[in-house]
Amino acid sequence: MTPDPVRPDPAMPGPATTDTVTTDTVTTDTAMTNTVPADTAMTDTSTPDSVTTGTLTSDAVAPHPATTVPVTGDAVTGDAVTGDAVTGDAAAPRAVRCRGLRYSFGRTRAVDGVDLTVASGEVFGLLGPNGAGKTTAIRCLTTLLPVPPGTVRVFGHDAARERMAVRRMIGYVPQQLSADASLTGRENVALFARLFDVRRRERAERVALALEAVGLADAADRMAGTYSGGMVRRLELAQALVSAPRLLMLDEPTIGLDPIARTAVWEHITAIRAATGMTVLVTTHYMDEADQYCDRVALMHAGRVQALGTPERLKAALRDRRGDGAAPTLEDVFRDVVGGDLGAGEEGGDFRDVRRTRRTASRLG
Amino acid sequence: MSVAPAGRPPASADPAAAPGLAPLLTAPRARPGWWVPPARVGAMCLVELQKLRHDRAELYTRAVQPALWLLIFGETFTRIRAIPTGGVPYLDYLAPGIIAQSAMFIAIFYGIMIIWERDSGVLTKLLVTPTPRAALVTGKAFAAGIKALIQAAVVLVLATLLGVALSWNPLRLLGVAVVVLLASAFFSCLSMSIAGIVLTRDRLMGVGQAITMPLFFGSNALYPVDVMPDWLRAVSAVNPLSYQVDALRGLLVGTPSHLPLDFLVLLAAAAAGITAASCLLGRLAR
Repeated sequence: MTPDPVRPDPAMPGPATTDTVTTDTVTTDTAMTNTVPADTAMTDTSTPDSVTTGTLTSDAVAPHPATTVPVTGDAVTGDAVTGDAVTGDAAAPRAVRCRGLRYSFGRTRAVDGVDLTVASGEVFGLLGPNGAGKTTAIRCLTTLLPVPPGTVRVFGHDAARERMAVRRMIGYVPQQLSADASLTGRENVALFARLFDVRRRERAERVALALEAVGLADAADRMAGTYSGGMVRRLELAQALVSAPRLLMLDEPTIGLDPIARTAVWEHITAIRAATGMTVLVTTHYMDEADQYCDRVALMHAGRVQALGTPERLKAALRDRRGDGAAPTLEDVFRDVVGGDLGAGEEGGDFRDVRRTRRTASRLG
Repeated sequence: MSVAPAGRPPASADPAAAPGLAPLLTAPRARPGWWVPPARVGAMCLVELQKLRHDRAELYTRAVQPALWLLIFGETFTRIRAIPTGGVPYLDYLAPGIIAQSAMFIAIFYGIMIIWERDSGVLTKLLVTPTPRAALVTGKAFAAGIKALIQAAVVLVLATLLGVALSWNPLRLLGVAVVVLLASAFFSCLSMSIAGIVLTRDRLMGVGQAITMPLFFGSNALYPVDVMPDWLRAVSAVNPLSYQVDALRGLLVGTPSHLPLDFLVLLAAAAAGITAASCLLGRLAR
């Protein structure tokens, strides 16, 4: 129950979490080399990082156009961002650091130069419409898709060079309902305990605790096929929890769920985060959920991060710019950032993506 | 947009936070590298057994086809005496062939399960566990082998009920188990490799149907190699099913066989299959 010092109270977001990508690049790089704990620092020096640092520096000097365009005020005001970011880094290494991430399927550029930093302990939301590149980005972070060395780091470990180390630190819940319907809830969780090398003597206890933490203790010995959509999502949370990940990655965790089940899933995510202090990276296209539950959000569109900051900041910046006194929602911010280009988003999301989403939704229905 | 869930819950006072999560806070230590493949194989096989325990219907329906082969085809051809078996009753000669065939039929469609797991997100999640792809494929291959092994036991019992005098020597039965496991590992990896190439269930079904019969008839499962035309002998010589049948016949019926060569070929085939399937698994991850 000791929340990470970096993570601010969700109710009062401080400037510590607000930083533009640009300033962030500079600060993390200096901070990474001298303030991270020994294990991370060692991997940093043992890998030939000079090349990476070189690209990073140039990135910082001439940042990707997409990241600077409308970071809605933050870049301009930039109040004491640098100082805060450094204190943040001194406390813990960055959970995710991703620089110039690109991924193409054939000629389609799904992710087109994403720079992101997720602080340890925060709930970070990756937002955007279908086809914005959120799922591809998250699949790059989970080592599912091959990335060039130096582009993605999870707690200091390179996603290209140290795949197994990265996998040990993440719990991943994909967009589809991925629990095995022909096993019981307990067997589903036990499988993942085995796959993460949980020792036999602690296995039963851990599995039971994980199930209890998501409120499935009573249904544990029922076949997962009999679970409701919300229960399956919670079972998947338990599967991810059993290996004590430091970073929980959830791809559209509430897609297709009814409002009550959505609230329940989010309450469990929030409670688990509070109890374990783990970092949560979540993608969603429900702007209201992101506004409510995420400490920071990145708005993604057409494979790029178009804006980044706390929901409050992003909304305040838009309100100030509009100057009409009306309180904008995060969705308004997104419209503003995309600049009436929402139509282009509809072209995104290839057939397989949409089919997968629909299938998930229908299985949940 | 849907309705916003009401109210941000206070992070600490949540019902789910109540149980002490302390044991869940420390990540399990990594096992040494050599430990991982056998551990993953064990985990995958266990899951297969758990599934079979929950739903035995598949076990029963799978027994129908070999029973028909033995009962109808076997009994008829025993009477016709058209196939030179070297003094062994035809039903005895056929039984090992049917064991091999039914085990192959199970394995050759195992790729469908991989495609299903891919579409449902199970595979994605397995690929994000600290499991090298080769270990994952090996685990799946031997999980298919578990199914095939149970199938082999069923056919063995069926054959015995039909009066076939099969060996019950435990050492020989152990040899049978190894042969069945290795061969199913090969055929399921073949299936997973094809799955990695074609990527859809329908196409895999098509390819599976197209290759099972040539594999079956192009082997010594039903008749000895001596009666085959030359071109079919060539097929049989590169068909792992022939080596499987040869070994099973030698172990169960006691006909002359080439056990060391059979084991070597099956072992090499399984290794090649696992390598190919691990290389192609990445296509399914995309």
